[in-house]
Amino acid sequence: MRLSRLSLVLLCVALVAFGLMMVSPIDPVDAYLGPQMAQVSPEQRELIAQRWGFDEPPAVQFGHWLRQLVSGDLGWSHVYNQPVSEVIGQRFQRSIALLSGAWLLSALLGFSLGVVAGAKEGSRLDKVISTYAYLTASTPAFWLAILAVLLFSVTLGWTPTCCAGPTGTLSQNVTLATRLHHLVLPIATLALLGIANITLHTRARMLELMRSDVAIHAFAQGASRLDVAWRHGLRHASLPAITLAFASLGELFGGSILIEQVFAYPGLGQATVAAGLRSDVPLLLGIALFTALFVSVGNMIADTLYGVIDPRIKQGNL
Amino acid sequence: MRLTLTNRNTQPRLRAAFSLGVAVLLVAGLIASQWLLGDAAQQMQFDARLAPPSVDHWLGTDALGRELWARTLAGLALSFWVGCLAALLSTLIALSLATLATLSARLDALVSLLIDTLLSVPHLILLMLIAFALGGGTQAVIIAVAVTHWPSLARVLRAELLQLRQAPYVRISRALGKSRWFVLHGHLLPHLLPHCLVGALLLFPHAILHEAALTFLGFGLSPSQPAIGVLLADAMRYLSGGYWWLGVFPGLGLLLMVLGFERLSSRLRSAL
Repeated sequence: MRLSRLSLVLLCVALVAFGLMMVSPIDPVDAYLGPQMAQVSPEQRELIAQRWGFDEPPAVQFGHWLRQLVSGDLGWSHVYNQPVSEVIGQRFQRSIALLSGAWLLSALLGFSLGVVAGAKEGSRLDKVISTYAYLTASTPAFWLAILAVLLFSVTLGWTPTCCAGPTGTLSQNVTLATRLHHLVLPIATLALLGIANITLHTRARMLELMRSDVAIHAFAQGASRLDVAWRHGLRHASLPAITLAFASLGELFGGSILIEQVFAYPGLGQATVAAGLRSDVPLLLGIALFTALFVSVGNMIADTLYGVIDPRIKQGNL
Repeated sequence: MRLTLTNRNTQPRLRAAFSLGVAVLLVAGLIASQWLLGDAAQQMQFDARLAPPSVDHWLGTDALGRELWARTLAGLALSFWVGCLAALLSTLIALSLATLATLSARLDALVSLLIDTLLSVPHLILLMLIAFALGGGTQAVIIAVAVTHWPSLARVLRAELLQLRQAPYVRISRALGKSRWFVLHGHLLPHLLPHCLVGALLLFPHAILHEAALTFLGFGLSPSQPAIGVLLADAMRYLSGGYWWLGVFPGLGLLLMVLGFERLSSRLRSAL
């Protein structure tokens, strides 16, 4: 049931993305030729269009593309001069370090900050945490990245300003330590932004628990607020936190595009921007589908975990 | 919900009216400043290029000697208009699709499939795809933001509509032979209007942030316009030179504007 829904949604994404590319004013032949556009005669253009099937009706083109897609061929990226699947694979390998680092950090930190703020409602700590969460929820991601570069790279000189490794070194020769050194700031910025949402939701959930009968009962038995938070709050608040963490994968990916752009980190986000700006349609379509799959799988995992953590949901009692 | 809010906040309506007044004043000031300043945002002073903030140049100048404060103000005004149009358009889409969804089960399934499709692609990628398809520019940004931001509001409106349809006065009206259209615009729409207003206000900060992000990446407003995204993209080139003011102030302006509207919408929500 879930899988069929997933494939239906993915099919729709493919349809929408393909439709958008069809209405785009950019001529695919021009995009393919690039600067050599002027040297090609109209007859040759027609030949190219015929060979690539641009003269056929959109529905036929879509069917053709879909058939290729199912057989695993995503097309050729003219910006990177590589098959699209290879570009996505290589770039994603670099992005996954950034994404997973930021994801784990923001989930863990966001959750614990939310628990602490909720357990100590009204205290100074709670106010600081809540203000911080409200502030970062309205901060433009790329501006925060710019500030981070200004402060830590330009002024303090602690971290490099760009790229995934030192310039002029082959990527095979970059050691793990330098790689991490280049990743620290992007991960920290991306995580800093993701924390807010999880913190606010966890805090709200903790407040709910602190006013419930369970908590009142525990208080009557002499438990402290932290006691209640530790014994009852963690489980109670973990459900929305986990769901949110998986459901926010799309947001995280969007943030990573901006952050990669600021730090010039050669990941999938940067490839997306390059594909869009230089009208590399196959790559753009491939990335759209790939990220849709990524986000949908995240949502599916969230749904499944729901049932594992709280069995009542699976039994349909809730 | 109403109970807990009145407990915390004794006069939510007064506070909402107050922040609404402040917001209107600020926005009026922003628009008036654009009208009064004319093309100050584009005026170059070649004897004062990349000047740091001082008494003469309040927020410093950029590489062409243009005053950063004038450019930031112009960028905020641009953001405001784009955000307004996009949020309004988005609310309209949400309202019409929510209404469509309540008409029949099949339409409902179709709309929810559309929502799932839109939500499964990361926002920014979808925005880039649409802006790319429309060829970039101000119009493309407005449409892209409008087309991507309606799902959450549409869900709220749909749930509200489904509940309202069961309300006694609506059922009586239908039983008395009034047409669907009459019920919709006579009974349901007036009830939904406050939701739409708050929804539009909630969308507005997101719209502004996404517009700036899209422009920053190069898919949005043209680089010749003093949009916040353009200013920050320009600043990127001068970061390592230590020209910090170029990167700090435009973003700070944007943050303050977004925070202000966020605050306003949360107060309005608790007042309604």
